[in-house]
Amino acid sequence: MDARIPADSIQEKWDRHRFNLKLVNPANKRKYHVVVVGTGLAGASAAASLAELGYNVTSLCYHESPRRAHSIAAQGGINAPKNYKNDGDSIWRLFYDTVKGGDFRSREANVYRLAQVSNSIIDQCVAQGVPFAREYGGLLDNRSFGGAQVSRTFYARGQTGQQLLLGAYSALCRQIGRGTLKFYPRREMLDVVVIGGRARGIIARDLVDGAIEVYICDAVILATGGYANVFYLSTNARLSNATAIWRAHKRGAFFANPCFTQIHPTCIPRMSEHQSKLTLMSESLRNDGRIWVPKKSGDKRDPRDIQPEERDYYLERLYPSFGNLVPRDVASRRAKEMCDKGYGVGPTGYAVYLDFADVIQRNGKKWVSEKYGNLFDMYREITNENAYETPMRIYPAAHYTMGGLWVDYNLMSTIPGLYVLGEANFSDHGANRLGASALMQGLADGYFIVPATIGDYLAGSKFEKVDPTHPAVTEAKDNVEQTTMRLMSARGKRTVDEFHRDLGNLMWDLCGMSRSAAGLKKALGEIPRMREAFWKDVIIPGNGEGFNPELEKAGRVADFFELAELMARDALHREESCGGHFREEYQTEEGEAKRDDERFAYVAAWEFKGGAEPALQKEPLTFEYVKPAQRSYK
Amino acid sequence: MNFTLKVWRQRDRRDQGRFLQYKAAAITPDMSFLEMLDSVNAGLARKGEDTIAFDHDCREGICGSCGMYINGRAHGPQRGVSTCQLYMRSFKDGSPIVIEPWRAKSFPVIKDLVVDRSAFDRIIQAGGYISVDTGGVPDGNTIPIPKSAAEKAFDAAACIGCGACVAACKNSSAMLFVAAKIAHLAALPQGQPERKERALKMIARMDAEGFGNCSNTYACEAECPKKIPVLNIARMNLEFIRAKLT
Repeated sequence: MDARIPADSIQEKWDRHRFNLKLVNPANKRKYHVVVVGTGLAGASAAASLAELGYNVTSLCYHESPRRAHSIAAQGGINAPKNYKNDGDSIWRLFYDTVKGGDFRSREANVYRLAQVSNSIIDQCVAQGVPFAREYGGLLDNRSFGGAQVSRTFYARGQTGQQLLLGAYSALCRQIGRGTLKFYPRREMLDVVVIGGRARGIIARDLVDGAIEVYICDAVILATGGYANVFYLSTNARLSNATAIWRAHKRGAFFANPCFTQIHPTCIPRMSEHQSKLTLMSESLRNDGRIWVPKKSGDKRDPRDIQPEERDYYLERLYPSFGNLVPRDVASRRAKEMCDKGYGVGPTGYAVYLDFADVIQRNGKKWVSEKYGNLFDMYREITNENAYETPMRIYPAAHYTMGGLWVDYNLMSTIPGLYVLGEANFSDHGANRLGASALMQGLADGYFIVPATIGDYLAGSKFEKVDPTHPAVTEAKDNVEQTTMRLMSARGKRTVDEFHRDLGNLMWDLCGMSRSAAGLKKALGEIPRMREAFWKDVIIPGNGEGFNPELEKAGRVADFFELAELMARDALHREESCGGHFREEYQTEEGEAKRDDERFAYVAAWEFKGGAEPALQKEPLTFEYVKPAQRSYK
Repeated sequence: MNFTLKVWRQRDRRDQGRFLQYKAAAITPDMSFLEMLDSVNAGLARKGEDTIAFDHDCREGICGSCGMYINGRAHGPQRGVSTCQLYMRSFKDGSPIVIEPWRAKSFPVIKDLVVDRSAFDRIIQAGGYISVDTGGVPDGNTIPIPKSAAEKAFDAAACIGCGACVAACKNSSAMLFVAAKIAHLAALPQGQPERKERALKMIARMDAEGFGNCSNTYACEAECPKKIPVLNIARMNLEFIRAKLT
């Protein structure tokens, strides 16, 4: 695997590389057609920036408007090492923190570049009118987030994702209004057209009338998000799915580190069978709340009647120096462990308490409500409980996926001309993502990286005209139509959601917060059986034409069934624990993740082989600047 | 809990549409309104019947996709929440529930409860932005913004574009939506260079899309899931007059 990382020193790589990239003459940019799939932070920023440069851009998404993309739901903030707080931050420190936080499974060169361009993102967003939080003197405010030792997180109340997305959306709208960019809503990409080994278009379904459409172009950009909905219940929006990246994978794009998934520790627990999604409660709650379970297993008393000496503040006990602020993966795993041992609380026994009684006593209810009022309100809306009076119940939930399509330093996949941005690629977070880094990566890829790198590919290639009747186009179109027909013709007894829920439960149990060889082998046996049952017994009303949400879901779930198998395979092959990937067999005596740098310091890139087993390709990871060490939060 | 639903069903844009009755059985108070509909839809799907189409996505009140008229109220009986944040404990067991799409000429029905809100996008495309290209912008801190201005801008920028304001208004006016964007950008120094032009262009587009006028009933503010104040409409009118006169 050649990641095409420039040979210069890490500080100079990106600058030197940009100089070496071929440029497209401004007068010629119009002649190149780029299709951008997805309008979240990465997709909207890329589409707008490319149109500004003069490229002929088409943007599409399955939502009715670009502004509905799931980036909108991000709460916390976006990192940039501006060092406005004079607390010792620097590009180097953000780089270091991100490589370490990713548990030494990310590429140093990519992470350094991310840290470098992150400052420009803040400037860009401010210029667009994003209403970031301000100090009284009028300057930008920062807060510390996700356990970072410096304050580098820029934020817009608890709706940073919304405001950043609306910024990128406004840039996109400006180009649509000027007629330099064509946007198509309610279109779902269902295949990539590959001609002569290069991406030359996509096939999409118009979700309103069901028409199958062809978009021919010179390069394709996928910015279609992550795949945490493979677990059925997650903090992701309901429609978030892996279909675009999975179909690209089946056309030759390698899938990297599929088993690297992030479980967020502070979510409202699952309450019943019919639940459709899990809601994240901002991580900031752990700054002031204390996490505990009763010392006696199965203790069903009202939490307020359980005396302090009868409580186990297990994070404070296990990690005296970090306490309740240990990283996401550690906090999640410990919560699961306590519940598995029978100490969990609430109706299902799968929850732990997050208690604010101490801070309310110390600082008063008003102080807490000013800081966390909206979260307490949200908790009350969902659970009908008052967290000022009784502890919140929380439990981890699937939240983000670090794995994704493999890309080189230019963000190009193994299909030339197919670029992958944001959560859809694997590139920057290694085995664990730090808080406030997802927004940063999405916008870095879209505003600054792909606009520079894509020109090199376009300028260096010759593009023969592709006719819509080209055999590769017809083949891809037929492929899509046949899949629809197959799904529609099952006419079975069970709904798409029932199958999805079964798959999610299985993945959560066997390929979720902790994994074992035995469990993963079991999953690898079960998933193909479930998948077969799905194709035989699924029921989808209506026909393949017109607006049909059940059909849309069915296509996505069919892909989740295939991706799930690859995730389990990847998790089984990685005989080590790192970041969000915890293998029960590989832990220290204290139960911490035990990496194996000798054997597994590589990116696992999987090649699709039709019905046969996927082939593993390795991209070795070298650490020249940040020496791998065991993460310790004791 | 059990409910009788009266739901607007409409095959497509051309179909005339009608109310049909459905039973929602074995509903629990902790189910969200959309989960209640999921359960009705699961029953329909199992029988091979066409499910009730509705827009939804994040299910935590921020993406702005969902929106239904429930018992004559946009987003149902609770204040300050979108449909996805509404829980069945807000309804009396056994009571009838009437569910309609947003009703407005400028939001044509696509199917059942799904409407076409692209008119909102076109209003933003007409000028709801600050014209800056990527790159070449000054350092963020070279533009100091008083905290109060930033807060004012944010209060308006919190709009999720769901369209409840239009649906709630007897004139199907989009003024709260348009005003929120104009007020957001007018409150900031970055928004000044295009301030007049922006207001004129967005308002012209709003009118061209066929939205009605404001007659000060404040229904939009009452039904807005983000509680955007109508004061913004006054700000927009001021922006418009200022742009016209100077």
